[in-house]
Order: sequence, then C-alpha cells, then structure tokens
Amino acid sequence: MAEGQAGGSRFFGASGRHLLGVQGMHPSQIIPILDLAETYVLMNGSRKTPRDRLRGRTLINLFFEDSTRTRTSFELAGKRLGADVVNMSIAQSSVNKGETLLDTAATLNAMRADLLVVRHSQSGAPALLAQKVDASVINAGDGTHEHPTQALLDALTIRRHLGRIEGLTVAICGDIAHSRVARSNIHLLSAMSCRVRVVGPPTLVPGAMSALGVEVHHTMEEGLRDADVVMMLRLQRERMSGGQVPSAREYFRFYGLDRRRLDLAKPGALVMHPGPMNRGVEIDSQIADSDQSVIREQVEMGVAVRMAVLDLLARGARS
Amino acid sequence: MSTLVFENVRLIDPASGLDQPGRLLVRDGRIAGLDQAGAEGTPEDATVVNGGGAVLCPGLVDMRVEIGEPGHEYRETVKSASRAAFAGGITTVAVLPTGTPAIDDPAMVRLLRSRGEEPGYVSILPYGALTKGCRGEELAEIGLLNEAGAVAFTDGARAVSTARLMKLALTYARGFGAMVVQHPEEPTLAGSGCATDGELALRLGLPGIPAAAEAIMIARDIRLAEMTGGRLHFGHVSTGEGLDLIRCAKNRGLPVTCDTAPHYFDLNENAIGDFRTYAKFSPPLRAEADRQAVCAALADGTIDAVASDHTPRDADDKRLPFAQAAAGGTGLATLLGVTLTRYHDGTLSLPEALALLTSKPATLLGVAGASRRKGARPAGTLENGAPADLCLFDPDRAWRVVAGELPGHSQNTPFDGRALEGRVMGTWKNGVRVFGDSA
Repeated sequence: MAEGQAGGSRFFGASGRHLLGVQGMHPSQIIPILDLAETYVLMNGSRKTPRDRLRGRTLINLFFEDSTRTRTSFELAGKRLGADVVNMSIAQSSVNKGETLLDTAATLNAMRADLLVVRHSQSGAPALLAQKVDASVINAGDGTHEHPTQALLDALTIRRHLGRIEGLTVAICGDIAHSRVARSNIHLLSAMSCRVRVVGPPTLVPGAMSALGVEVHHTMEEGLRDADVVMMLRLQRERMSGGQVPSAREYFRFYGLDRRRLDLAKPGALVMHPGPMNRGVEIDSQIADSDQSVIREQVEMGVAVRMAVLDLLARGARS
Repeated sequence: MSTLVFENVRLIDPASGLDQPGRLLVRDGRIAGLDQAGAEGTPEDATVVNGGGAVLCPGLVDMRVEIGEPGHEYRETVKSASRAAFAGGITTVAVLPTGTPAIDDPAMVRLLRSRGEEPGYVSILPYGALTKGCRGEELAEIGLLNEAGAVAFTDGARAVSTARLMKLALTYARGFGAMVVQHPEEPTLAGSGCATDGELALRLGLPGIPAAAEAIMIARDIRLAEMTGGRLHFGHVSTGEGLDLIRCAKNRGLPVTCDTAPHYFDLNENAIGDFRTYAKFSPPLRAEADRQAVCAALADGTIDAVASDHTPRDADDKRLPFAQAAAGGTGLATLLGVTLTRYHDGTLSLPEALALLTSKPATLLGVAGASRRKGARPAGTLENGAPADLCLFDPDRAWRVVAGELPGHSQNTPFDGRALEGRVMGTWKNGVRVFGDSA
C-alpha cells in the first residue's frame, strides 16, 4: 500500500509517463528538466524554437478551474514546440450536470490526445485521470495537493540568479495549508538539499508540517532571517474576514512582506510570488516591483520549464 | 418433521461459554439439543452434516449494515445483501435507518422486518431514525418506532450535532429503555474533511479531520449519558483516545458501549495512499497507533462488538476525486475472515472473537437468549429452542478477497487482494442451508 505513495508511475523515469507531483522525485530527475529548460530559455530569447519537436502531437489544456496564466504558459510552450494545442475549459457546473471526470477521460481518449495538461479543484483528480487515459498527464495544479511545474520554474529561477539550489535557505510565507505551490516547492527544495522554512499564522500552517522536514515559524521576523529566497504565497480571499485570518489589514500587519522585513533576509535575497499577487495584502507594492523581485522572470521561466516537461514526456512516450 | 444432525464439529457458543467437539441436533428449524462427540446414535430420519472438524457456531449478528432498500436498490437489495451475508456466515443484520426515505415511520420498520422474514433472506433488525428524516433537527417517534420493533435509534453516519439535542434524545429514549447509537465525530471539526489530519493528509492535500474529533464527541456524550441516565452506544469507534474514554466510563459503571469495524483494526490510513477511494471511510482510517489501540480494546473487552459497517456503493460513487468520492466499503462477506485475523495473531481467542460477532451484539440489540425484548426472535445463540441459525466455518482455511467476485451487488471492498484465513463452509437459517455446497 505504501508503495503507491512513492510509486514510480507518478513521475518521469523508466516507467513514468506522467508528471503528477514532485513528491518522490530525485535530483537526478529534477536536474535534467532544469538543464533542458535552460536551453529553451535561450531559444525563447532568440525566437528560434524547435517547432518540429512536437509536430503532429496534440496537447489538450483541460482546465476545470479558471487560470489564465498557467493555461497560457502551457499553450505557448506547446506551440513553440510545434504541438497542436486545444484549450478546454470545463466549468465545474457542467461537470455537475452529470459528466464525470472519467466520462471526460473517455472522451479525450477518443480524441487521441498525446499530452493532457490538467487543472482541477480536487486533490488527486489528475492522478485519477492518468489511470484512465492513454495520454501523458501533466498536473497543472490539483486542489491543495501539488503544482509541480510551478516548483520546477521556481527552482530554475533560483538557479539562474544564485547559481545553485543546494544549501540555500528558502522561506515560504503565507497560506501554507491551502497551497499546492507550497507543497510542491517543499518537496522539490528538500530533495535539492535546501533548508526550507514555512512561515505563517498557525491557522494557515498545518500541524503536521514539521513531519515534512521543514522549519516552522509563526513570525516573519524569525522566518526571514538570513534567508536566500523569500517565496510569498497568495492569500485567498475566503481566508480573510472571519476565516482563518480576521482581516486583510491584520494579515498585512503581521505577515505582509515589506522592506523592513525583507532587510532581515540576506542582502540581495530573491523575492518570489507565483501570482496573481494581492498587493498590499501579502506583499508591499514597492517590494513586488523592486530589484530583488524576480516575479516577472518566474513567468518567463514558466514557459521554458513547461517546454522541457512536454518535450521530455513526449520523448518518453515515443521510446 | 425434519431433523438435521451436525456431526464431527467443534461447537462454540459464546453465550453459554461452550467450546467442545460434539454434535448438534436441529428439529423443525430449531435447535433441539447438543451433545458430546461419540454420544448416542443418530435419529433414523435425520439428515447428517459431517462438519469434518470445522467450527459450528451461531449465525453471526452484524449490528451495523446499510442496505440499498429503500431508495438505493442499485447499490444493494435485501436479496443481494442476504447472499453476501450468508456467504459471510451472517444470519441477522441490524440495518441503519438512513435509506431514502429514512426509517422514521413505524410502517417502515415493520416493512423492513417483514422483508427479513421472507424465506431465504437474512433476518433484519431495523434501527429507527433518532431524528425525523435523520436530519438532526427534531426527535423521531421513538416510542412508536420502538413498539414496531426498532432495536435502537441512530442517524447513521450523521452525528447528533448539538449537545441539547443529544441530551433530549438520551432522556426521551430512556423512557422506552431504548439505546441511542451515536456516530462519534464532532461534525464542526470534521467539516468537509475526508482523511485523518496528519502527514499523509498534508502530503495528499486532502482536508483533514483531527483524530480528536472522535474523543471530543465521545467525552461530551458520555457526560450527557451520565446526566440523563440514557443508554448510549458508539458505532465504529476508531481511535485510542476515544476508546480510553469509553473504557474509563465503563469502569465507572456507566451504561456505555461501543463497536468497531474490521477496517479500523486491519487497515490504517496508508491504505488511502495515492488517493485510493476504496479505502475512504467515515470516520476516516487512522494512524497505525490508533489501529493498534483498537486491537488492544478488542482484547481487553472495551469494544463490545465487531460490525461490518457494510456500506455498498457502486463504482460511479467511488471513481471520483478523493474528496468527492463516497465513503464506506462492503463488509458482509469479509466480516468473519478479517475478524479472525485477530484470532490468528493471538489478540483474541476463537470464542472471544465469535462473541464479538454473535452473543455480544445480540445482547446489545435485545435479541439474545433470556434477556431479549418481547417478541424478538432469538439470535446469536445455540440454546435449545432457538431458531437454527448456524455458521459452519474452518478457521484455518485460506482464501483471497477479490473485488468483483464477492457475493452481493456492490463490490467496493477495501480488502481487495487480501489473503484471509477462515472460510465459511455453510450457513443455515431456520435449519435451512442458505450457503455452502448443498444450498
């Protein structure tokens, strides 16, 4: 039973044809993705991408949850490699009308998709689809479970700026409990031997967090001290006002990233955010636009990392 | 007059403490006596069943079963459930009132009971709804339901939420000597959670339910039982902390009892790894330490009964993202085999294991031997004159659970692939063979 959790089928590798999560990935699987993405960064810069790489392949963006940036990023990645890209946005309501996730899987199988990029509000939905479709499934964010390409693009951004990932101190701040970005980053950074801290109000940091091998802090002052990287997370609107946090202003007062707090981190520490940002809630506008912020570059790395993932999965499927 | 003789069997009757090799005589569907091996000759007109040394015990009494009737016949009918029950050696089932509609009307209680009286069907002891429609708002007609034959009162897997309503229920039910069965989970803490809080739920990104949600509810309700003098039973208890509270209440002499289900002592939360919805339960599977605590509570008698918690669901209800999938698993056909794992590992003796499946649940439900409620059909006993509901099984015979091949309609077992020791060879109801070779 336990083997299912770390099972090879979820990842790249000998038997893996899906990317469902970062959990269980080894540096030997992570680094080649980053290296290949690095080459795509250069090609994207010179506008010369290998458009024959995915020629004749069909990529379906299957989004059960709204997302403009992730969907666009995958769409661009697919097109730059020459794939035929189709976007399917399936509002939750039409699913509730009776078509189940597995009906959708059967439909997609009939359409002979090669690559399936899935975002869903339910943890585990891409894994369920992956059991039933012939295509390679890429998890583009499922519930509060994982968002593997986000963690990979964050890693690439860090590596390009700081020259390495190993041994860095990374503080992930905010709504850890409901964040798939935080989980994927924790798994990836831990695998790459980073010192990972999570920082947030106790209502937004699960009690079992320390079992993942991270340090838990409940004040920004402690959590940010001497950090190389500060990753901010978006605070969902429903958490404010009466939920796990009394108000947006109280949240910003204690957990917002401002200049004073950022100065506790290492000089030149990177500021990251998966977007979209709530300026003035989790991050001061000036910090978001400062020299230390690599938020826009994260978006650029996103396209390159997704190209690398699509490329590797398509190669795996070919062989 | 038909006569049936079981020869060459190990007779185990937990109600009387009997455990010896011998013979059992059945006349006209009733138990007509038992004696030791090698005693007097066989009556001439008798049909002889040679047990080959297997165990002959009372047909099992499963005190927590959901059947699709009424309202969800695509999941399970009385007929398909009977097939599964008989294959598991079960001859009496207590059926939860949470069908559609809920069993909150005396006529529905009588209907369900009479379904179980049809030839070839498992005996049915209906629970009555504790609240109207099992909605948890106002009390159901406990008196009338009780009169119609409801054996206890519960809202199934819906906890009675407010302390005020629970106090009212315990107080009112006391007037009829009726037992209230609570789902031990504080519902506001459980929220929309679907796994036990902890590292695994965190890794899977599933909303968690603190294990303490059980103890908090149990602590509250024990106090309410003490305050009201009501008769309280907790269904499917699954945490060490909850069991400690019940143990303590029993030591203080309070009339508090509980049962558990095989998945809580045979599986732990790791069974849901990789979003395996067939291992999704309510309450959710627990950490290994809690599973061990359940085993310890079986051994020391804190747990009064093992019930299958049979919850038939079709594949469409299970093949969904984990949080949206239905909770529960089938359990009739595997109840005995999984319970016997605790005999094979030395936790329980064979008579102790069988007591949890026969005499003890029968006593809780008021259908045991001399203490039974008026008009009740005796179950869980080999006493003279009782209906010949019998289970013949070989405790050492191995078999493997294969989903899709189990008797019964729904196939959502959490034990798919599990090798078990202890196989039912034959089941008799009213002296008629309903499972096994000549059935």
